[in-house]
Amino acid sequence: MDKKQISAVLKKNAMLIVLVLVYLFFLILTKGGIFKPSSFTELINQNAYVYILGAGMLMCMLTGGNIDLSCGAFVCLLGAFGGVFMIVQGLGTGVSILLLMLIGIVYGVILGYLIAYVHIPPWIATLAGYLAFRGWGTSILSSNSKTGSLAPFPVDFQNIFYGRVFQTEKGVFNVPCFVFGLAMAALVALIVFMTRKNRLRKGYEADSMQAAAIKSGLGAAVIILVMTKLSFDGGIPTTLLWVAGIVLVYSFITSKTTIGRHFYVVGGNMEAARLSGVNTRRIMFLAYLNMAVLTAIATFTVIARSQSAYADVGKNFEMDAISACVVGGVSASGGAGSVLGMVIGATLIGVINLGMSLISLDANYQRVVKGFVLLAAVVFDILSKKREK
Amino acid sequence: MAKILLEMKNITKTFPGVKALDNVNLQVEEGEIHALVGENGAGKSTLMNVLSGIYPYGTYEGDIIYNGQVCKFTNIKDSEKLGIVIIHQELALVPEMTIGENMYLGNECGHKYAINWNKTYSEADKYLKMVGLEESSKVQVKTIGTGKQQLVEIAKALAKKAKLLILDEPTSSLNEEDSRALLDLMLSFKKQGMTMIIITHKLNEVSYVADKITVIRDGATIETIDNHGKEPVSEERIIKGMVGREITNRFPKRENVKVGPVRMEVNHWTVHHPLYPERKVVDDVSMYVRQGEVVGIYGLMGAGRTELAMSIFGQSYGVNFSGELKLDGKPVKMRKSEADAIKHKIAYVTEDRKGNGLVLSQSIKVNTSLANLKAISSNTVIDGDKEYAVAEEYRDKLKIKTPSVEQLVGNLSGGNQQKVLLAKWMFAEPDILLLDEPTRGIDVGAKYEIYCIINDLAAAGKCVVLISSELPEVLGMSDRIYIMNEAKFVGEMKAEEATQENIMAAILRSGRGA
Repeated sequence: MDKKQISAVLKKNAMLIVLVLVYLFFLILTKGGIFKPSSFTELINQNAYVYILGAGMLMCMLTGGNIDLSCGAFVCLLGAFGGVFMIVQGLGTGVSILLLMLIGIVYGVILGYLIAYVHIPPWIATLAGYLAFRGWGTSILSSNSKTGSLAPFPVDFQNIFYGRVFQTEKGVFNVPCFVFGLAMAALVALIVFMTRKNRLRKGYEADSMQAAAIKSGLGAAVIILVMTKLSFDGGIPTTLLWVAGIVLVYSFITSKTTIGRHFYVVGGNMEAARLSGVNTRRIMFLAYLNMAVLTAIATFTVIARSQSAYADVGKNFEMDAISACVVGGVSASGGAGSVLGMVIGATLIGVINLGMSLISLDANYQRVVKGFVLLAAVVFDILSKKREK
Repeated sequence: MAKILLEMKNITKTFPGVKALDNVNLQVEEGEIHALVGENGAGKSTLMNVLSGIYPYGTYEGDIIYNGQVCKFTNIKDSEKLGIVIIHQELALVPEMTIGENMYLGNECGHKYAINWNKTYSEADKYLKMVGLEESSKVQVKTIGTGKQQLVEIAKALAKKAKLLILDEPTSSLNEEDSRALLDLMLSFKKQGMTMIIITHKLNEVSYVADKITVIRDGATIETIDNHGKEPVSEERIIKGMVGREITNRFPKRENVKVGPVRMEVNHWTVHHPLYPERKVVDDVSMYVRQGEVVGIYGLMGAGRTELAMSIFGQSYGVNFSGELKLDGKPVKMRKSEADAIKHKIAYVTEDRKGNGLVLSQSIKVNTSLANLKAISSNTVIDGDKEYAVAEEYRDKLKIKTPSVEQLVGNLSGGNQQKVLLAKWMFAEPDILLLDEPTRGIDVGAKYEIYCIINDLAAAGKCVVLISSELPEVLGMSDRIYIMNEAKFVGEMKAEEATQENIMAAILRSGRGA
C-alpha cells in the first residue's frame, strides 16, 4: 500500500479512529474502568435508544436533512400509555406492546401524511409533537399516580427488553455466550470472504486478500472482545439483540434494497428522483412512519430499563439521535450517510458519556464536552471533504 | 446627427475556455430605441452585463464611453448612479413585499437609518402613474399579474432616475396584449427623450419599436441596421443576419433510415401553467412520432417545448390537462405519475441535467440504474454485481470518460454527465425518448458523440423527439420538424424542405397573426 492509499483509508475511517482514540483516552483516565465487563453492558443498555432512534433519524435525514424533533417527547407519551396499560389497567405484556406499536403507527401515519402530502416542513410538523407530547404524557402520569410516575413494569416485559440471554451469575464465565460470540465472529469473516470470492468469480473489482483479512479480522476481534466481556457479566443483554437486529435490518435496507436507494436519491436530488419515476412523497411518508415505529421500540428498551414511566423520560433523545447521525457522517443536507456511520457516531457519544460519568465529571461539564465534540466532528467532516475537491 | 449617448468599443470578454464576446461594438444615440438581437448564447446578455457593471471593469477588454466619458464600473451601483438601469428577464421582485417597498429596495429613500415611508409611497405612486399602473403602491406584488409586475420593474427603473434603460426580453412572459402595451409605453418614453436598449427574440417587436437594430452572432457584432427607412426593416433581413452561419459537417449521417408505424400520437394537447392556471403553456398541440424516426421540435426559449415534453411524460409539469395521448394507436389514460410514464416506455431526458436530471452526489452506477432499478433487483433487493455490470456496459457503450463507475457524477465534465443521463434513460429501455436540449452547454466533440448516440437509438427502432433551440441541430438531426411558438405548433416540415429561413418565417407568421 502506498501513502495515497493509506491516507484514503484513514480518511474513510476517520471517525472510527477518533472513536478508538477517545476510548483509549478514557481507558487511561478511568484507569481501566471503561474496560470492565460491567462497562460494556452499561454502554449497550445506556445507549440502546440512541442506536434505535438513530436508525430512524438516519432515514429521515437521508431524505434531505429532515429531522424529527418529536421522538423524545413521544417516548414520554408512549411510556405513560405503557404505564397505564401494564400497571394501572393490568393488560398483558403482549397486548400492551401491540397497543403501543399501534399508537406509534397512528402517529407515524398522521405525521407522514402531513409532511409528505400536505408539505408541512418536517421540523414544524414535529415541533408540534415536541411541544405537546411531554405535556400530555405528564398529565396522564399525574392523573394515574400521586408521585407522577408509574412503576414497576411487569417482569416479563422487562425480560424482553432488559433481560439476559444465557443468563448466569456475574463474574462466572458464561460458555454459551462466548460460543455464540465465536460463531458470530466466524460468520462475519465468512461473509467477507464469500463476498470477495463471489465478486472475483464474476470478474468484478474486489478487496485485496490483505484488505479482506484486515476487515474480517477487525470485525471478528471486536465481536469476540465484546462477547468475552459480556460472558463475564451475566450473559447477553436482550437490548443488544434488539439493537443488533435493528442495525442489521437497516444496514440491509439502506445498502441493498431499491427502497433504500430511493431514500438516498430523494435526498440527493428530489426533482431528479421524481423525474426518474421515484414516488418521492411515499418516501417522505415512509421516513416518518418508520421513525414513529422505531420510537415505540426505543420506548420499550428505555422504560424496561428504568422500570418506570416518568415525566422526564426521553428528554433530549431527539438531540442524541441527531448527534449520533451527524457525528457519524450523515449529511445534514441529505443523500449521504450510512447505518454503520451512525453506529460509530452513537458509540462515540456513548463512550464519551460513559467515560465522563465514570470519572464523575460534573453533569454540566458533560454537556459542554458533548456540545464541543459534536461541533468538532462536523467541522472535521466538512474539512476532510473539502480537501477531496 | 444626434448625440451619441453610449459607445461600447471593441468589447472582448473571455470566460475560462470560451470567448463570449469578441470585439463587439455598439453605438446608441440619445433618445433612440436600440434593439439587440441574436440567437440564444450569442452574447447579448453578456454584453449588457458588461455595460451594467455586473462584470466589473478589468474583467473584460475594451472601453465603455457614456456621455463622452470613459466609464470604469466596478459594480451595478456605479452604472445606476449614471442612470444606466437594466431590467432583467427574470423579474426580480419580492412577492411578499408591497410595490413601493420593491421599487425602493436597496435604494430606500429617507434618512440614514429610518425609511421615510410617506415619501416612498407618494413617489412610488407618481412613477406608477407614469407607466400607466393604477394600483396603489401599497399592495403586495404577488397580488398583481405578470404583465403589471413587468411595469413595476420599469417604474422601479424610473425611480432610479434612469437615462438609459436596458430591457432584457421584457415581453417573454407576457401575452400579446400586455406586450403591445409595453411596447407602446416604450414609444411614449422615447418621445420624452429616454434612451432604451431592448433585447428580444420577437422580431415583430423589433421592427415595431426599434430605431436601430444591432445583430450579434457568436459573440461578435455582425451589423447595425437602420430602421428609419420608409418601409420597416423586413424580418427576413434580420434573420439573415442572425443565422447567417454556414452549417458544416457537424452532424453524423444516418444511413438506411427505416421509418416504421406511428408509435406515439398526441392530439389537441393543452396544458396550463401550475401557478397561473389561466395561462396555457401548451395550446392545442397535435403531433405523432413513427418508429425509428427523429422528430425535431424547434422553438425559442419559453415557447413551451419543455412543458410539452414534461406533460407527456406522466404529466410531470402543469395542471388542467386536456387532449389525448395514443401509444401504438391505443388511447392511454395516464395518471399524474412519472413511474406510469416509464412503465409505458416513455423517457424524458431533462434539459437541466444538474437541476433535475442527475443526482450529483451519487455515483455513475447509482445514476445509471435509477430509472430501472427493477431490472437489477429481485424482490426489491438490489444485485450489486449486476448493477456494476450494467454501469460498466453503458460506460463502454457511450464512451463515458471516467476511471470508475463508482466516480461521483458531480465530478464529471458536462459532456460526460450528459452521457450518464442518456445512459440512465437508455437502460430504462423506453420506446419513446423525449430529449430536451441534449447538447446544451457541452463542447463540440461531445456533441458529435451525443448525435451518434441519437442516430443509433433511431436505428434501433426507438422514437426520438429532439427538442432544441439550436436551429442547425434540429436541421441536421431530424427527419421531420415541428415548429413551436408561444405554446402552439406553428408549422411542420420534412427535413428536406426545412431551411433556417422558412422555419424562422413560420415563427414570424404566427407572431404576426396573433
